[in-house]
Amino acid sequence: MAFTDVHISTVEKKKNGFVGVDIPSYDFITNCIHCGLCLPACPTYTLTGLEKSSPRGRIRLIKAVADGDLEITQGFVDEMHFCLDCQACETACPAGVKYGSLVEFARAQIYRQQKVSWLEKGLKWFFFEKVLSSKRNLKRAAKALRMYQRGGVERILNKTGILKMLAPKMAKLQHLSPRINEKFFDESFPEVVRPVGNAQHRVAFLSGCIMNVAFADVNRDTIEVLLHNGCEVVVPRMQECCGSLQAHNGDFETARKLARHNIDVFLQHDFEAIVINSAGCGAFMKEYGHYLADDRQYSERASLLSRKVKDLTEFLVSIDFKKPGHPFNKRVAYHDACHLAHAQRITTEPRAILEAIPGIDLVDLPEASWCCGSAGIYNVVHYEDSMQLLSRKMKNVESTHAELIVASNPGCIAQMKYGLDLFECTGEIIHLATLLNRAYASHD
Amino acid sequence: MINPSVLQKLSRIVGKENYLDSQEDKITYSYDGTPLISQLPEAVIIPHSKEEIAQIVTLANEVAFAIVPRGSGSGLSGGSVPVENSIVLLMSHWNKILEIDTENLTALVEPGVITADVHSAVEKLGLFYPPDPGSMNICTIGGNVAENAGGLRGLKYGVTKHYVMGLEVVLPNGEIIFSGGKSVKDVAGYNLKDFFVGSEGTLGIFTKILLKLIPKPETSKTMLAYFQSRKEAAEAVSAIVAAHIVPATIEFLDQTTIKCVEEYAHLGLPTSIESLLLIEVDGRPSVVEEDAAKIVVLCKRHNCIEIKIAQNAVEAIRLKTARRAAFSALARVKPTTILEDVTVPRTELAPMLERIDSIAGKYNLLFGTFGHAGDGNLHPTCLTDERDTNEIHRAESAFEEIFNESIKMGGTITGEHGTGLAKKKFLPAVAGIPAIAMMQSIKSSIDPNAILNPGKVFSIKPKCEGSLPRNREQIKKFEELGAWT
Ligand SMILES: Cc1cc2nc3c(=O)[nH]c(=O)nc-3n(C[C@H](O)[C@H](O)[C@H](O)COP(=O)(O)OP(=O)(O)OC[C@H]3O[C@@H](n4cnc5c(N)ncnc54)[C@H](O)[C@@H]3O)c2cc1C
Ligand code: SF4
Ligand code: SF4
Repeated sequence: MAFTDVHISTVEKKKNGFVGVDIPSYDFITNCIHCGLCLPACPTYTLTGLEKSSPRGRIRLIKAVADGDLEITQGFVDEMHFCLDCQACETACPAGVKYGSLVEFARAQIYRQQKVSWLEKGLKWFFFEKVLSSKRNLKRAAKALRMYQRGGVERILNKTGILKMLAPKMAKLQHLSPRINEKFFDESFPEVVRPVGNAQHRVAFLSGCIMNVAFADVNRDTIEVLLHNGCEVVVPRMQECCGSLQAHNGDFETARKLARHNIDVFLQHDFEAIVINSAGCGAFMKEYGHYLADDRQYSERASLLSRKVKDLTEFLVSIDFKKPGHPFNKRVAYHDACHLAHAQRITTEPRAILEAIPGIDLVDLPEASWCCGSAGIYNVVHYEDSMQLLSRKMKNVESTHAELIVASNPGCIAQMKYGLDLFECTGEIIHLATLLNRAYASHD
Repeated sequence: MINPSVLQKLSRIVGKENYLDSQEDKITYSYDGTPLISQLPEAVIIPHSKEEIAQIVTLANEVAFAIVPRGSGSGLSGGSVPVENSIVLLMSHWNKILEIDTENLTALVEPGVITADVHSAVEKLGLFYPPDPGSMNICTIGGNVAENAGGLRGLKYGVTKHYVMGLEVVLPNGEIIFSGGKSVKDVAGYNLKDFFVGSEGTLGIFTKILLKLIPKPETSKTMLAYFQSRKEAAEAVSAIVAAHIVPATIEFLDQTTIKCVEEYAHLGLPTSIESLLLIEVDGRPSVVEEDAAKIVVLCKRHNCIEIKIAQNAVEAIRLKTARRAAFSALARVKPTTILEDVTVPRTELAPMLERIDSIAGKYNLLFGTFGHAGDGNLHPTCLTDERDTNEIHRAESAFEEIFNESIKMGGTITGEHGTGLAKKKFLPAVAGIPAIAMMQSIKSSIDPNAILNPGKVFSIKPKCEGSLPRNREQIKKFEELGAWT
């Protein structure tokens, strides 16, 4: 070990490129020993083969900014946002490096220092600050989209290619945007729903922002599954979006605002768990405690709430859910949503549920936990890259010859549905709650 | 600084899209897996043909800049870390398996193919490529050949050099040669291909590699043996080897390593034991059964507490995967892990472990030790923090002592990771000055302008004019001038 012979990275004090609060933890940075074992797990590294689009490279870039060796350059911004935040690297890393936190705090710094490309900025601003930050706005936008999808405008614009010409990204966006439901979820359920007979559990339910307007049916299935399992379900009316999309984008302020609001709203009720059917929301709400750790007024309640958050599959297994009695003869493959498998490390529960359904032939989906490219609104901002990931996913899906491809996250479902069309694959993409509900129904 | 006009020429040779010189790219190619060492390159070049590489090499000779070949950058001695005035020549994109010859039992591959990809490709055809470094899911065959990498199966099957049958190499003068071939015997002239194995990117750039394959073992059995003391585990290893049993693998893990691996992989390993051995026997079913039974008896004789046998292939793979993560898992304890690679004759395993222990104590350092016990190859890993300068210096002294102990026992300072930058200071102690002089004269005769990975393995500082020193007295004079440091 010729330490003295070689260039030792001296800890010279240069100006840290990260400022103010929400700075990537230097302890997390130094935890990375740059061994590279995470490289093969990273979808973006596989796309480019370049070190800067790998977890190891990104951590090094974050370190360079922290050490004052690099400013927050456009290149830095691009790499931080090229990352899917799928956290496959966290699962792969033997050293336990908290990559997800590093990239999110780096994005927070980027956001704070306002360094995002204008297109991304425009799109994201429209989404996060206008549409998603209040349920009313989201509903308004969704209603517009609903009319637009039902009416002939969409077809005409599509056919003539006008839309594509005007704004290519917007044109793609409309393909990717989930079909808006006829009736929003929270318009069709009362605030408290009771099961037949005595309730054995009392749970709260996050109706979600996108789930609420575009996956109302999945929400309905989730509630029905919970009712079937003897749960009384509270769906607080005043709840807002969980804040995960904003946080992943670096807008911690809006995310925290939403978190505080939800803490107030949910903790008014009494329940043993908050059940969540969207992996991204669950992962983020489990982090409320972490994000509000410095907020004296909220930190305790935030941790309390985080501890109660349970993914639907996690909850069902914990209460020894009712196994469907009648055979449900289908060939099924399970896709691991990144924010379930990597962020929440939940992989066995969904499979256990599927295996418990009689008649189901559960086949292995190759690379089941490889990102499908949905990743929030990644598929809009990084369309081409996202489509390459989707193509890889759909090839794997095809190889299973499954009739049903099950996922537990709305983003993945919308993305893979788009994939079915785009790559002309057969099969149906379906949420686990929907499948389970159908299985229950098959004997009623 | 490389002249901008030269950089432009480089960009023209490979095309703009394969020429990278942004600050972000330079930073992310400034390191490999080695702790504490980094240096920015002037540019990163992604060549796509051997002719392009030859042109780059020729240009380097004309205008004097250095070329640092790079595979995946998983190296642990600084082999692919840039040097001053250098470009990184990225070979990881050369990832095609060109041919698998099932009759001659060879595979022709590009140097950037990931080692594990070779495994899966040949195993589908009932063949076997044994070298399996801990990093096999990320490292490249080119990097393996350049470092003569070992692996978990070294005990029975040897290391990379035993499987290289031919090499296509761009020489430091821009010429391209192919040395070796599919014939199993070949004594025409000097054996050049073997000479490139382990050359750490200093003698040539590999562009094609012909690998030897063997039939895939019919079956295998993987087991874990738990020991209360390290000494007993080490003695069990010696006993197994002495009984003329040759398992494919005997890996050793000490308690600190067991704890970290368990924390990462959740295998249910007991964290109270002092050490464990991961043993795999393979071959014909009857032999495997017989060997496994004998090993159980031998381990028990050396006070093994318990032996667990993997129930199926999936479990066996899980165990081996966890072992491969040992080095990185140790970083759970402290952020900087300085891993060494001393190798001693197998009989010296127990004494070496003892020495490592007492040296760690003497310098008040925390160590996790694991390694390819069957090869006598240990990875004493110092768990430290690069921000603690005092501790880093103590670690330096500790390793110096460990190296000296190893040499005294007839061992070496590195069994598989290479000399690179990290260990070159200690090379004279193990190789001797005349040997280094020979290495130097080889290097300077085929790479007179020192363009290929200069400063790796040994320093190149032409301090004196005239011919190279040949005897001890002459060498001494050179030494006084500081020529080898
Ligand atoms: C977790 C971990 C476990 C490891 N386990 C082992 C182990 O069990 N056994 C072992 O031996 N090593 C091990 N290593 C070390 C390392 O993986 C090996 O040295 C490997 O061979 C390096 O391959 P690479 O592709 O990453 O090469 P790099 O690190 O990129 O380069 C290594 C050397 O090869 C040269 N080189 C690369 N490509 C070419 C080419 N085409 N032509 C000429 N020169 C070239 C470079 O200049 C450099 O000198 C481990 C490393 C890690 C991080
Ligand atoms: S993140 Fe983990 S696996 Fe990746 S390079 Fe760092 S320590 Fe290694
Ligand atoms: S989060 Fe996903 S895309 Fe980002 S570095 Fe990790 S593995 Fe790669």
